[in-house]
Amino acid sequence: MAENEIATAEAPAAPENPLLVLGKAIAEAADGAVTGVDLARFGQELVVTAQRDSLVTLMTLLRDDPRFAFEQCMDVCAVDWPDKAERFEVVYNLLSLSHNHRVRVVVTTDEATPVPSVVGVWPAVTWFEREAWDMVGVVFAGQPDLRRILTDYGFEGHPLRKDFPLTGFVELRYDEELKRVAYGPVELKQEFRDFDFMSPWEAMTSLPGDEKVHQNRLEGPA
Amino acid sequence: MSTQPLQIGEAPAETVTRTLEGDSHTINFGPQHPAAHGVLRLVLEMKGEVVERADPHVGLLHRGTEKLIEHKTYIQALPYFDRLDYVAPMSMEHSFAIATERLLGIEVPERAQYIRVLFAEISRLLNHLLNITTYVMDCGGITPALWGFEQRETLLEFYEQVSGSHYHANYFRPGGVAKDLPAGMEKHIADWANKFPAFIDDMERLVTENRIFKQRTVDIGIISPEQAIEWGFSGPCLRASGCGWDLRKSQPYDVYDRMEFEVPVGTRGDCYDRYLVRVLEMRESLKIIHQCLAQMKPGPVKTQDHKITPPKRGEMKRSMEALIHHFKLFTEGYHVPAGSTYTVTEAPKGEFGVYLVADGSNRPYRCKIRSPAFAHLQAMELLSKGHMLADAVAIIGSLDVVFGEIDR
Repeated sequence: MAENEIATAEAPAAPENPLLVLGKAIAEAADGAVTGVDLARFGQELVVTAQRDSLVTLMTLLRDDPRFAFEQCMDVCAVDWPDKAERFEVVYNLLSLSHNHRVRVVVTTDEATPVPSVVGVWPAVTWFEREAWDMVGVVFAGQPDLRRILTDYGFEGHPLRKDFPLTGFVELRYDEELKRVAYGPVELKQEFRDFDFMSPWEAMTSLPGDEKVHQNRLEGPA
Repeated sequence: MSTQPLQIGEAPAETVTRTLEGDSHTINFGPQHPAAHGVLRLVLEMKGEVVERADPHVGLLHRGTEKLIEHKTYIQALPYFDRLDYVAPMSMEHSFAIATERLLGIEVPERAQYIRVLFAEISRLLNHLLNITTYVMDCGGITPALWGFEQRETLLEFYEQVSGSHYHANYFRPGGVAKDLPAGMEKHIADWANKFPAFIDDMERLVTENRIFKQRTVDIGIISPEQAIEWGFSGPCLRASGCGWDLRKSQPYDVYDRMEFEVPVGTRGDCYDRYLVRVLEMRESLKIIHQCLAQMKPGPVKTQDHKITPPKRGEMKRSMEALIHHFKLFTEGYHVPAGSTYTVTEAPKGEFGVYLVADGSNRPYRCKIRSPAFAHLQAMELLSKGHMLADAVAIIGSLDVVFGEIDR
């Protein structure tokens, strides 16, 4: 009887989004390494949030378990959310060629805490991790080749952090005395124009002191 | 005489003098080198004429595209994609346009989808024409490049007819395409598409069985399907290794699910197979172009929600609302609901992905561009180790690298 009950309880889950089913299977198999299973883009994409420390175990599982078989790591992206406690999100976009599905694995970290490198699982992540280090400043533990990749030799800072200005801090100029091209501080010939076109109508849903009217309108005059 | 064991070569000690000890040397290939296909600095550690270590240094063309996009509205961000892979600009726009549409949750009119597929395939031909012919030039054959660029010019004129620009088209927009095809355009393309196979035949006659080209490419830079997969290969480079994976088939977007075409697959995964796969793909692209032209029906070319796409000029003369829409669209832009997507298209070089994070404002919060050649170039050491220096040139050519998209 108890078995029947479980079966009926799971029956409505059958037409559930297959991605969510996959996500739950991953969470189950990962044994605590997964902290959340989510769907993005109106249920079309699977997002799995993972614990940083058990990332390599999880990734190895995702690659080797025949149910998941994510043979390829197509992209690693670091996103900066300065307001969060752990400001960086590292996003791994995995692809399974045999099952034709994708998953996004997300871990969070901050400036000081390294993320375990998954270079042992997919050699292709080396450049992606180098890029995440270069652009955002995420440190990867166990990555043997964590050099900068896109910026200049001797560059300082991480340009894709939100607190890095669009113009940067230095620019290249020809130096008459040195007789070569040299770095100098950025000099803007005119003030940097970063227009904010956000209209007050969209940004402020209610004017100060006008909340009551707005609330009445939402609820309707009954 | 040195008593130390010799580092290099198998020659017996008495025939070699000490001066040979320093024979292993490092050379700089590029960043200014015609065969580097742009600004690639390749540090090669040589053992005589044989490559021991290849370390590509990229980033010399880094323009901060991702950072710039974060400071622009969605409409303003799109033209940056033309400047990524400038060999096939519209294919780059395609990913971003679809990614934005998916976050907005809007549908694109059928005709716009056909036009996009049509021009995505024209872009594929543009790319393969340039890659194949310059690749042959790297291996010593000059004629195909001269012929290929002439064909490219015809295709770029199609670009110009629809968008007004040869390269920086800014034609695919979230919600459709910028404007409809001009009158007679379908016939122009159809006429050209009927003539084009003759060019492919001519080029193949010059190259495919060419003894010198085959000596330069057959069994050079072999990558097995397992290796290609774990190194993140995609597109023709993956298919040349024998893995029949094509996003147009497996994860179709726009109207690719209505198109009938074959996916050419190689067997050996060497430089020659990568060439052959591209040649066959050109023929398949022509099939798709013919099907698009046959199936296309008149209709709107952009979504009719004028909060996303601009209204017609004529409407703006009469309708106040249209004028407001136009003004709002090109100043504030539109707000994309918070969310994220990793959207991929089968660009000519492989899987071109856009990881787009929206925070509900009118600008992308983060836009990560996944360029296929970035992953391919990474495998340079794996591919060229143990080959001769001249083979490294053939391998770079076969990988089809363009630094606009690698360095971003």
